[in-house]
Amino acid sequence: MAQITLIEAVTQALAYEMAHDDSVVVLGEDVGVNGGVFRATQGLQEKFGPLRVLDTPLDETTIAGATVGLAVQGMKPVAEAQFEGFIYPMMEHINCHAARMRNRTRGRLSVPAVFRAPWGGGIRAPEHHSEANEHLFTNVPGLRVVLPSSPARAYGLLLAAIRDPDPVIFLEPKRIYRQYKEEVPDDGEALPLDVCFVLRDGTDVTLVTWGAQVKETLEAADELAEEGISAEVIDVATLTPLDFDTIAESVSKTGRCVIVHEAPKTAGFGAEIAARLVEECLFDLLAPVQRVTGYDTHIPLFQLEMKYLPSVERIVAAAKKTLAVS
Amino acid sequence: MSIAAKFEIEYLQYLDPEGKLVVKEKDLPAFAKDLDHMVELYKLMVSTRVFDTKSIALQRTGKLGTYASCLGHEAAHVGIGSAMKDEDVYAPSYREYGAQLYRGVQPREVYTYWGGDERGNDYQKEPARHDFAWSVPIATQCLHAAGSALAFKIRNEKRVAVCTVGDGGSSKADFYGAINLAGAQQLPLVAVIVNNQWAISVPRSIQTGAETLAQKAIAAGLPTIQVDGNDIIAVRKAMEDALERARKGDGASVIEAVTYRLGDHTTADDARRYRGSEEVEEARAKEPIKRLRAYLESKKVWDQAKEDAWQAECDDWMDNEVNAYLETKTQPVTAMFDYTFAELPEDLARQRAEAISLESKEH
Repeated sequence: MAQITLIEAVTQALAYEMAHDDSVVVLGEDVGVNGGVFRATQGLQEKFGPLRVLDTPLDETTIAGATVGLAVQGMKPVAEAQFEGFIYPMMEHINCHAARMRNRTRGRLSVPAVFRAPWGGGIRAPEHHSEANEHLFTNVPGLRVVLPSSPARAYGLLLAAIRDPDPVIFLEPKRIYRQYKEEVPDDGEALPLDVCFVLRDGTDVTLVTWGAQVKETLEAADELAEEGISAEVIDVATLTPLDFDTIAESVSKTGRCVIVHEAPKTAGFGAEIAARLVEECLFDLLAPVQRVTGYDTHIPLFQLEMKYLPSVERIVAAAKKTLAVS
Repeated sequence: MSIAAKFEIEYLQYLDPEGKLVVKEKDLPAFAKDLDHMVELYKLMVSTRVFDTKSIALQRTGKLGTYASCLGHEAAHVGIGSAMKDEDVYAPSYREYGAQLYRGVQPREVYTYWGGDERGNDYQKEPARHDFAWSVPIATQCLHAAGSALAFKIRNEKRVAVCTVGDGGSSKADFYGAINLAGAQQLPLVAVIVNNQWAISVPRSIQTGAETLAQKAIAAGLPTIQVDGNDIIAVRKAMEDALERARKGDGASVIEAVTYRLGDHTTADDARRYRGSEEVEEARAKEPIKRLRAYLESKKVWDQAKEDAWQAECDDWMDNEVNAYLETKTQPVTAMFDYTFAELPEDLARQRAEAISLESKEH
């Protein structure tokens, strides 16, 4: 069986679902002949034709609005924003229509669409190509916000996102698009949405993260292990609706929690998890919850961007800080 | 220097403000030669106005929230709705009741929505049941119609998506995006700009530097026409032509229907703040119902007795609709949760339970 990267898993999921469901269509800028600027849709137009893999005019508003229309007519559109930093013009259609259509019409109309975007920093890209802004969607009722962090989860979660009857924001951590390969059987098996994945069991501290930071967080857990500290690592994967129970169960066991994310700290999604821990698990906590995040600045251009992104060092330090309290 | 491109915008009118034909009878479109059908269109225009008058009365007596009147738009709206086939899809903004009533939206549903209850958008009758709901964010519905048209093209269905947008809405990226995509992909779309001269307080003159709104379609590569939006024959004819082109696979069209918003923008607005009564009175003289009535009377197919009988019938209908609306019980508090997702997520189920428990404490 072939070993594939995260981005190849995205392509594999799209191809699988398009082959098995005629209502699945892909649309966006450069998704057709060019196969997407990251090659996520490589080869799809050849297989499924120019209408099902549609090169749209260069207008994100058009892509998002047409996606809503397609979905209301019973298609399952998968729209691509070329970069997360270009998703803003789509937000009126995502927030005001895709997320609300079912509620507005008491279930008469719905929008089973996926809005994909390469997400996050760390690839030495120009301005507006490195945003982590998942928190702008996690506060919107009616949306699912999903961030895969491995080839297998990208495949399984994207299949689930396409099959979901409601709109899904699917943010792909582009920094780890080609970081490593793993075996991902092309069996059409979806992974559950609304579930956190425990990637590593531990007893001393819970490290909660998503997206590209799963890489640094797992490395931090390795380092902590060398010092005899047992860290549990949770990949939230679907931020909303949140499977808080998995996080609560882990923190109740370890008594300590570090939340790691790339987006700015203030009102980032880490704040929501921290608040929930205080509301629901305060007496299980042995130390204050720590957050390791991007700073409350714009992500710098690439000369400084690695100093902005959470590092293994910062995660290890935060974990030790929770352990210093007894 | 040579010419890279040239264009002209045709203007279509059959009935002048006095109700006189500006063309020879033989040049009327087929539907307009059928006077029984013209009477049916007239009756719907009148019932739309009766409905509109009732809506404002309901709002003024505290029985309705904010309401956007369609006074003066009856020809444009009925012209649009009556030209469409059942299998087509309509994406309105929030004022096109004449079109929507034709497609099966019930006045009680309009009242329910503007009365603060989402169930008003759950249109019960076909073909309205497969149409879009009211779209408050300006012009966004244009792209939903374009996306629908794309779905019809992909599935090879002989259906057309129709959207309406105002003169203000034609300034928005969504309108341009919709006609641009429709031109690029030859989509079965008809985009109607109902130019009523006012976007709340902003007049058409400072909405755009373009001489007509119809010509915006030229840049998208689409056929386009400006019509007298108070002349139902002109609106309906332009719609029929555009729908036929779209259904045949010849792509999208734009129609600019020139009319006038005789009322306030909504019941929350006071148009006296920004426009003079002289202008409104001048526009009122050109309104659509008066001219069609004069025409039908000149053809001896309508008279005062028929008018009185139809008005009475409309009043009865509206009383019945208003009663049905006023008798509708408020939704249970759980309704705000139950349509957020197809299946209620666990987290939201907890919040729902909390809302239920607060409810039982109140009672």
